[in-house]
Amino acid sequence: MRKGCALVTGASRGIGAATALALAADGWPVGVNYRSDAEGAERVTAAIEAAGGRAVALQADVRDPGAADALFPVLEERFGPVLVLVNNAGVRADALAPQLDDDDWQSVIDTNLSAAFRLTRRALRRMVRERFGRIVNVASVVGPRANPGQANYAASKAGLIGFTRTVAAEVARRGVTVNAVAPGFVETEMTQGLLERVVAEIPARRAGTPAEVAACVRFLASEEAAYVTGATLTVDGGLSA
Amino acid sequence: MPVSATREHVEEVIFEALAKLGPERDQITREATFESLDIDSLDLVELAQVIEDEFGVEMKSEDAERLETVGDAIDLVVSRAS
Repeated sequence: MRKGCALVTGASRGIGAATALALAADGWPVGVNYRSDAEGAERVTAAIEAAGGRAVALQADVRDPGAADALFPVLEERFGPVLVLVNNAGVRADALAPQLDDDDWQSVIDTNLSAAFRLTRRALRRMVRERFGRIVNVASVVGPRANPGQANYAASKAGLIGFTRTVAAEVARRGVTVNAVAPGFVETEMTQGLLERVVAEIPARRAGTPAEVAACVRFLASEEAAYVTGATLTVDGGLSA
Repeated sequence: MPVSATREHVEEVIFEALAKLGPERDQITREATFESLDIDSLDLVELAQVIEDEFGVEMKSEDAERLETVGDAIDLVVSRAS
């Protein structure tokens, strides 16, 4: 096992929490980042520790440009370099474009896209020197695919996929991979109230689970996925097939 | 912690960092160009990181673009660290 750790943003619940648990099961000590749900983050770290893993809950609002400097030194000190980064923290603030205000545009772009860039930039410094790294960005099928009412969200996620591909090409020769997963409709707090409307459109006729997305992240973060980079793995029950 | 940046020490650190990036040790001289050593832009990013960790000197991409020889990098670090 390599000496280092994983950082999962937005890991107090949903896909982030499931991902933190999955990476810990693979032996990674995990930084469980959260913004406001301290209780959720503690539940995740407690579950990891109960299973014999190591984890630490770390509060930081990833929209804050100083978040990387708050998170990385703590993890480096405690567990060694961050060798797996999962940019999962995401928000939505839906409205049709003519009514979408500047704040709702900006906060979604800041959280879903700019934060991923800043954390990736910080993580790469070390990954490039370690000749190993795994970055997984949690995108969405919304972005490549239209979803009226989510112009800000779609722009952020499509941007994240473009970012993923280019950074992957920049660092591939250092053993660092950069990939995205694109979940469809997954049962989380973020999608509450949306599912009934869309479930009929999903070929699998059901929503996905956070654990099903986490399994894909876990694969992309594994040693075995060394030759997969710049890819977007769709996890959507056939929605965009 | 950044340590004092004597020319000899800077040279030693930069030579050592470059050797880890591919070129043979005897190819690395003050006069050698990065191009001749096959040091590319990503290698320079990594060198900048070593320099920042060791001497607390930040080397931005526009600085890196102006560097031609290994000696240029040494001079830049010495001038900024003092």
